[in-house]
Amino acid sequence: MIKQHYQSIIVQTICSLLIPFIQLFALYVIFHGHYGPGGGFQGGVLLAVSIILQRLYLGIKISHQKFSPRLAMAFAAVGLLIYGLAGIIPMIFGGSFLDYGNLPLFWVHDAERRALGILIVEIGIGLGVFGTLVLIFDNLVGERW
Amino acid sequence: MRWLNLFIMLLFAVLMLYATTGLPGHADPQAPANTHVSPTYIEDTIKDTHTPNVVTSVLADYRGYDTLGETVVIFTAGLACVLILMKRKGNDKTTLSKHHRSDHM
Amino acid sequence: MVWQLDFWLLVILIVTAVIALSLKDLLAAVAALSAYSFFVALLFSQMGAIDVAFVEATLGAGISGVLFIVALFLTRRRSED
Repeated sequence: MIKQHYQSIIVQTICSLLIPFIQLFALYVIFHGHYGPGGGFQGGVLLAVSIILQRLYLGIKISHQKFSPRLAMAFAAVGLLIYGLAGIIPMIFGGSFLDYGNLPLFWVHDAERRALGILIVEIGIGLGVFGTLVLIFDNLVGERW
Repeated sequence: MRWLNLFIMLLFAVLMLYATTGLPGHADPQAPANTHVSPTYIEDTIKDTHTPNVVTSVLADYRGYDTLGETVVIFTAGLACVLILMKRKGNDKTTLSKHHRSDHM
Repeated sequence: MVWQLDFWLLVILIVTAVIALSLKDLLAAVAALSAYSFFVALLFSQMGAIDVAFVEATLGAGISGVLFIVALFLTRRRSED
């Protein structure tokens, strides 16, 4: 069992420098999923990796103040809710389930609307995977890191 | 017993390798999977969704229902993890609080 | 499609899988398992499935290794069998 956290100045500096770049790359992967490899799953995993790296080098107490497990659970639920609403709202506006062509985005035409629907769904998947993985890590470790 | 296990495993491996000879070749355009619905997706994805990456448009638009189920499965796995591991933590706390109570009283 | 690259990737894949199964030190076994998922990702990307390779590289070689190592620190490091 590891009791003391990594007190080395090199590890702390490198990790705190690395985390914003990991998060930036994660956002790039989510929003660039239309044009290259990537998407919600991979971006969500990368976001979760950045938070888990923070948990590892800061210890659980300080890291819980920066990003609490309740917030992770809320992110997971909100991501799933975004996906579900992107499925249900087109049904209200006269389409079928998950038919993004009927989303109420009236300032764009049909195919562009479907591209925006794909983007919304990817954001939902990313938030859901991010919250779920951080949640699994937090509950696996508990208070003992 | 160990040799019997090895023999059964080798037999199974030979069977699977024999079964792969019946599969179509890698990236064969005449394979059944590539002649049925794939050409429609590849041709229509720009016109329908303005998304150059066919994988994304199939995953999130044409087969969005599957991806919804996948996300629900991941969320359910997280919830199951929370439920199982929270219980153990709660038990620790109850035993701890009992000790504390007996100490205080 | 280069068959030599395919062949040697498959050979390394089997070797890392056997190593991960046969090691007694579970931390080293987790490292071998991460190497295994990384070679699976290379094989996928060599076949042209870049998205699947990306998922395998992040999930298999990244997150699952971290979760296994955390589980090892919470239990014991040596394998019993």
